[in-house]
Amino acid sequence: MTAPPTLRLARADLDALLDAVRADGWTVLGPTVREEAIVYDRVDRAADLPAGWTDVQAPGRYRLERRADEALFGYAVGPHSWKRALHPADVRLWRASRTADGFAVDDAPPAAERTAFLGVRACELAAIAIQDRVLLDGPYPDPIYRARREATLLIAVQCGTAGGTCFCASMNTGPGVTGGADLTLTELLEPAHAFVVEVGSPRGAAIVARLASPPPPATEPERAAAGAVVARTAASMGRTLDDPARVPAALQETYDHPRWDDVAQRCLTCANCTMVCPTCFCTQVSDTTDLTGDHAERWRRWDSCFTLEFTHVHGGSVRQTARSRYRQWLTHKLSTWHDQFGTSGCVGCGRCITWCPVGIDITEEVRALLAPAAPAPGGAQ
Amino acid sequence: MSERRKPRLAVWKFASCDGCQLSLLDCEDELLEVAGAVEIAHFLEASSATAEGPYDVSLVEGSITTPHDARRILEVRAVSKVLVTIGACATAGGVQALRNGRDVDEFLRLVYARPDWIDALATSTPIAAHVKVDHELRGCPVNKHQLLGVLSALLAGRSPAVPRESVCMECKRRGTVCVMVARGTPCLGPVTHAGCGALCPGYTRGCYGCFGPMETPNTSSMAQALRAHGQAPDAIARAFRSFNAGAAPFAQEADAHDPS
Ligand code: SF4
Ligand code: SF4
Ligand code: SF4
Repeated sequence: MTAPPTLRLARADLDALLDAVRADGWTVLGPTVREEAIVYDRVDRAADLPAGWTDVQAPGRYRLERRADEALFGYAVGPHSWKRALHPADVRLWRASRTADGFAVDDAPPAAERTAFLGVRACELAAIAIQDRVLLDGPYPDPIYRARREATLLIAVQCGTAGGTCFCASMNTGPGVTGGADLTLTELLEPAHAFVVEVGSPRGAAIVARLASPPPPATEPERAAAGAVVARTAASMGRTLDDPARVPAALQETYDHPRWDDVAQRCLTCANCTMVCPTCFCTQVSDTTDLTGDHAERWRRWDSCFTLEFTHVHGGSVRQTARSRYRQWLTHKLSTWHDQFGTSGCVGCGRCITWCPVGIDITEEVRALLAPAAPAPGGAQ
Repeated sequence: MSERRKPRLAVWKFASCDGCQLSLLDCEDELLEVAGAVEIAHFLEASSATAEGPYDVSLVEGSITTPHDARRILEVRAVSKVLVTIGACATAGGVQALRNGRDVDEFLRLVYARPDWIDALATSTPIAAHVKVDHELRGCPVNKHQLLGVLSALLAGRSPAVPRESVCMECKRRGTVCVMVARGTPCLGPVTHAGCGALCPGYTRGCYGCFGPMETPNTSSMAQALRAHGQAPDAIARAFRSFNAGAAPFAQEADAHDPS
């Protein structure tokens, strides 16, 4: 063991940690303020982080607000997820050029840059684990995802603030980190601004070993304070999924529930929920040629079960109505995903609730669908 | 390839502002490639020289607003193998479709010194209301990448891929933060046909709906969301009555909020 498993890093030494990460050959992506939100982008210095910012989230609503302190991670997850980096929205699969006697295909996958994700939340680790299962564990692992995934260092942060649409506690995916990260930070704001750092892998240990002044072990009170941060966050979840153990089987019985018509009245079939969801993985493939006809390319793009094209077969689209598309999405996330991949497809991050332009709330829809069959549910707002 | 006869391209104008044809001229870098790949046989915006039909591909800009144009589009169709409509005027009647359902004679009296010299139809209608259209490109104006994409596809004998999904999907793929959710800015992206690349949200503006209705537009839910974002009924009616005022889903939603 080159480093003790739990350390204390002063706030002032965070730049030294970032320097060590970069010195180890990683480009750092992390939370930063842009376009009135906290997004994931390149982070070079601790000063690039959203110091003193928080987000206030509700169905269909997200606002940045100032905090009373200078916390660097005092907010929940934003519009971006790490899916952007691991499973990109647009990626070229191959290109071909005409040659004198045929054509030459270039299908070398683009090189994956060694990238450190800073500030990965527990729900996001769970989402990455789900995408690993979907995209890597089957007979046809996705080489693009694999190359990027293997070139990724995960620096997690245990959540100190639950968002208004978070429900990871009921999905058993957070807010505490239970593994899967190379380093895990917990931000303490008092008595002094510092981080409790847990080393989770040899890669993480290599970063810590690069620090010029090795951080001391965290004291017992500091470790207790880190545990208290997680407990406090778990107790202030903005939302809950009721009775999660019952949900997968119970949803199977709702095929004809009138609530699907109710939600279809509101749903725009805009696909925002699937785009922001950190586990949604569907893509479409399309070919392009240029005007000369001498060059062709094949591109893969994020797709969504909310489009007509998604289920287009000979004769048209299988899921014509918003009702059938919303039902497909919700029941896949929470029910048939279990049959297909052995877990839930939802980690309770709340993004689909916040970023739905009309604020459709998956937890509320499930509540209405599974409510004891009293007078028909409705009157949603 | 070089041995093959070059496909003959024609560009036609009906009631429109020429902006979509300009999108083709705006292809600067690719324009020489276009000229190399096709014989531009009829394109008055670019050259006064014209060659007679038939044409392999006709790009049609503009809507039908006069009896003369209603006859001319039949002739264009007759000499075109593939007919592609370009832009909101050709695909939905354009901003001039605002006159549909209004008193056009009164407009003529107000605008022209000699209204008796004007021979106009009571409506502005899309090309597809008059002839069979093979492919349509939305937008006010069209997106030049989509335009080149369609031409390239037709040259390669492929069917062009023009997604009918929402602008939101383009917005999210490019990583733009939703202006509706994060700023409360009204945005028509969720009911609007993709194609612009989420241009306006990319500049922190709400979508104006230039590309018209997407494949399954839930305009009434959209209108309710606009209401919740502080838009009065007349503002909602106006939002749906712009370049695609004549597109049925937008026209119906506008009427539903028109206080008059
Ligand atoms: S379904 Fe919604 S809450 Fe669940 S993981 Fe996806 S975006 Fe997050
Ligand atoms: S649930 Fe919301 S985000 Fe998802 S498609 Fe419907 S309106 Fe769009
Ligand atoms: S900014 Fe507009 S187009 Fe983009 S996701 Fe939001 S509602 Fe959709």
